[in-house]
Amino acid sequence: MGQIPLVDYLVLGDEPRLVANECTSCGARYFDRRNACARCGRQEFETVDVSRTGTLRSFTIVHFAAKGVDVPFVAGVVDCAGTIVSGNVVNVPPDPRHVSLGMDVRLTTVPVGTDTAGVMAVGFGFEPVAERE
Amino acid sequence: MADDVWILGIHMTDFGKHKDKDALDLGVEAATGALRDAGVGVEDIGVLAAGNLLGPDSFGQLLQKQIGQTGIPAYNVANACATGATALRVAIMAVKAGEADMGLAVGAEKLAGMGLLTGNERAAGNGTWVPSGRYGAVAPLDGLVGTETMPGVFAQIGMEYAYRHGEVAFEVFARISEKNHAHSTLNPKAAYQKRFSLEEIMNDVMIAYPNTRPMCSANCDGAAAAVVVGESKLRTLTLEQRRRAVKISASVLTSDPYRDGCQVLPDINTLTRQAAVTAYEQAGVDPDDLDLVELHDCFATAELVHYDNLQLCEPGGAVDFFNSGATWRDGRTPVNVSGGLQSKGHPVSATGIANIWEIATHLRGEAGDRQIPDAKVGLAHVIGLGSACGVHVLEKAAVA
Repeated sequence: MGQIPLVDYLVLGDEPRLVANECTSCGARYFDRRNACARCGRQEFETVDVSRTGTLRSFTIVHFAAKGVDVPFVAGVVDCAGTIVSGNVVNVPPDPRHVSLGMDVRLTTVPVGTDTAGVMAVGFGFEPVAERE
Repeated sequence: MADDVWILGIHMTDFGKHKDKDALDLGVEAATGALRDAGVGVEDIGVLAAGNLLGPDSFGQLLQKQIGQTGIPAYNVANACATGATALRVAIMAVKAGEADMGLAVGAEKLAGMGLLTGNERAAGNGTWVPSGRYGAVAPLDGLVGTETMPGVFAQIGMEYAYRHGEVAFEVFARISEKNHAHSTLNPKAAYQKRFSLEEIMNDVMIAYPNTRPMCSANCDGAAAAVVVGESKLRTLTLEQRRRAVKISASVLTSDPYRDGCQVLPDINTLTRQAAVTAYEQAGVDPDDLDLVELHDCFATAELVHYDNLQLCEPGGAVDFFNSGATWRDGRTPVNVSGGLQSKGHPVSATGIANIWEIATHLRGEAGDRQIPDAKVGLAHVIGLGSACGVHVLEKAAVA
């Protein structure tokens, strides 16, 4: 295969997508391994697909970060049809003139690096829907 | 009915660089200052609550080993940037519960020169990818999946306010910082005491858009401490002690209730709103009654959203409220006349008591050049990301 997702809620393949743990009782969605639901306390979850498109709810352009983090980059919060997702906004200049609140974005994958066994880690980001056409 | 609780004595060290002092020295200075201000000794104190996030464990006991080992219960508390307010709240609860007549709360931190508070450093890539942690991540996620830096997180919180309520120009956030840096020029205890022009703030180093460097809280050293007393005990004290005592009309601590997305971008709004509503109800005070407010402006973007969360303005109206000049020291609701975290400084564990000191000092009429005239009611607010919110309402009042 030669590829591994950066996080286990990213599913690679022809149509990469994010998946969430959805509480079967109240519908709250989470991306981490769960013990129980923070909204209702129940303990049953099912894996659901998250919409591949969304709206940029918030962003910042990070110029200073920990050692080893490439800057500047755009960090964003995306509303994917009701599921709130954190991710970088990619394929756009890291500049407030090119990134705007309410912008339509879609999921894309981003190479992270290759390990000593030749396996490539693949992450995700969101790119503007308009810019690439 | 539980006793009302009053501040009998309170002290804040200078905020800034204290090269030759450790957190314990600063905590001792604050604690002994508060005891002196209260006119009592350590033997009068029935409970101690203390916080220091970056130092050694058992800060409370270390403090006792310097100022007096009297055998009283010591509670070591940690609640991120709300640590000081949490210590105060523990002392208040013990007095309210009747377990002690007087309590001492202390918060101290050494932060000068700490730089950016952020996520983990990314190790250079060697070995093979191994998923770990609750996200099955093969690498640290800061910078790959959004940001974990504090300036970045709080920038997004401010930008989300703009998403919900309409555009907020970069300049508006910068003007908030301009106000707080102007305010601190009157505060001899502030870490900065330097006025910055709007242009200087906007053109300074960008940390995380829209927060430039002066729009971020100043890492510095400092400590603050308070002695609280139950009202029935206060009545037995001297006229001078009663005259300077400040009434704690509300003391509230909240954590964040679940909201969609709150585990993705911290929701610092809902818990602040809930704390404020409870505090106003406890105190029987309206936001309009407030003569001054010290709120948690860890970044300029945070101050804006808290105008709304503390109901200082109409819902969604924070920008218009700020632009009206209301929050400058000569405005309708002066906010952060101390200079706030951006200019007075933010030695994390001290902050939640230092803002109480600021309010109490104005209510006592002892704030010198920066005194808000005839101040009678004030509110102090802190947020510890994670999250914890502390809100205290203080009043100038005569002991019944």
